[in-house]
Amino acid sequence: MQTTTALLQVLSSGIGTGAVYALVALGFNVVFKSTGAMNFAQGEWVVMGGMVTALLIGTFSSVGLAVVAAVVLVGVVGLLSERLTVQPLKRPDALVITLVTIGLSIVSRSLVMLVLGKKPVGYAGFSGNTALSFGGVSIQSQTLWIIAITLAFLVVMHAFFERTILGKALRAAAADREAAAIVGVNVGSTVLLSFGIAALAGALAGAIVTPLTLASYDQGAIFGFKGFSAAMLGGLGSLPGAVVGGLALGLLEAFGSFYISSDFKDAIAFAVLLLILFVRPSGLLGRADIVKV
Amino acid sequence: MLEVEGLVAGYGGTEILHAVSLKVAHGQSVCLIGANGAGKTTLLRTLAGLIRPTAGRIFFDGADITNLSTSARLSRGLALVPEGRRVFAPMTVEENLEMGAFRRLWPRRAQGVASDRDMVFALFPRLAERRRQAAGLLSGGEQQMLAIGRALMGRPRLLLLDEPSMGLAPKVVQEIFATIRRLNAEGMSLLIAEQNASMALRSAAHGYVLAEGAVVRDGAGADLLHDDGVRAAYLGL
Repeated sequence: MQTTTALLQVLSSGIGTGAVYALVALGFNVVFKSTGAMNFAQGEWVVMGGMVTALLIGTFSSVGLAVVAAVVLVGVVGLLSERLTVQPLKRPDALVITLVTIGLSIVSRSLVMLVLGKKPVGYAGFSGNTALSFGGVSIQSQTLWIIAITLAFLVVMHAFFERTILGKALRAAAADREAAAIVGVNVGSTVLLSFGIAALAGALAGAIVTPLTLASYDQGAIFGFKGFSAAMLGGLGSLPGAVVGGLALGLLEAFGSFYISSDFKDAIAFAVLLLILFVRPSGLLGRADIVKV
Repeated sequence: MLEVEGLVAGYGGTEILHAVSLKVAHGQSVCLIGANGAGKTTLLRTLAGLIRPTAGRIFFDGADITNLSTSARLSRGLALVPEGRRVFAPMTVEENLEMGAFRRLWPRRAQGVASDRDMVFALFPRLAERRRQAAGLLSGGEQQMLAIGRALMGRPRLLLLDEPSMGLAPKVVQEIFATIRRLNAEGMSLLIAEQNASMALRSAAHGYVLAEGAVVRDGAGADLLHDDGVRAAYLGL
């Protein structure tokens, strides 16, 4: 009985972490779809989401408003990042954009440190630091918030890509840039939009996870790495893949820490990444790469 | 309707078109024949606004559109059916058609998109049967129909068709060209680039022969069809 309770507890925390990874992985996938590049600044936006929320909570005196404002602000940072670093590229191929985002991540990290400080910041959970008990299984209320908000964001994203003309234009440009240009889509704008969406997803992840983890300027790399592993695990470029990969990674980490040691938590993501690259590089839901000629 | 004067264009530093001039009159069907690499695709892509010419002028309905974007040319009624069809493979047939009307749906939703889609389905009943299928799963002929339908969704008055017969079985080519002739009969102006020269010349009022990026011959379709030089070089006769 005791073990069942413990396992359910581990399960719930794994799903909570997994939801956060899923959001970060979604950011990776949206940019990958539109540019073919890996965006290594993705993790910095997660940190910004948490730190800016912490900063704004004093001003807004409402966590909800602070989160919304921080996520929107970081979304604008994402748009600006694209306009300042990707859009001016003369030959914007995937490798060049990937390299540029490495520089972008370093600059973003330094700016966060200079503007928001080196000290880790945090705030209480959206319902305070309470835990709810379900028949002996105690779950942090913030974990439930994380799951609910992630679900809501995924539903909105799904509707955006499947139902709106702008979402369809993004999918069309991802499928065939030239054909999208032929029907009048401004392909540069779709890249801009994808950076904006990626920043929104990353910032949201940071804003909802900070009550559990605190946020510090130097966490971007590890968030980016986890999100990247989740995206690879689920299948690069696949939106359902981001969810599956994120949850799978979150659960593996939670159970790995439980059965082995929490010291291995980060190593598990690395092991998963290597394993997926060795065994199934297209990811769980990805299709095998079709080489374009 | 379309007047091209001394068009020079290419990729990077490589010049492919050397001062090409041609005309398409209102409601006329004009074809562009020439070997692989003669510059047909480059010419159509330049006309669609995908490549900026380095010299020359493009007039559409008397207005200079040389420096207009693809999107602005679409709004004026100039649409391209690209070489190799290039449908949006993971998207459904319906979504592909919707994307063809992108200019009319974004930023403001215009009227008549749904009825235009029904018109395309009436023109190509096979697309209607497969409206919810991913475009990548269609046969080559169906993808060509979809590519034409997608261009029609922009309500063009001049349709640029790049190799509509490419890779298709003869029977399917007949079908596609029958539809193209029907569009022309209903008033659509056409500029068709084709390697299948005899088919193209038979359905075109006027023809241009392109070689190494320049117009080397032009004349009525029927005349070119019976011209010994053209027959030897492009019709394999």
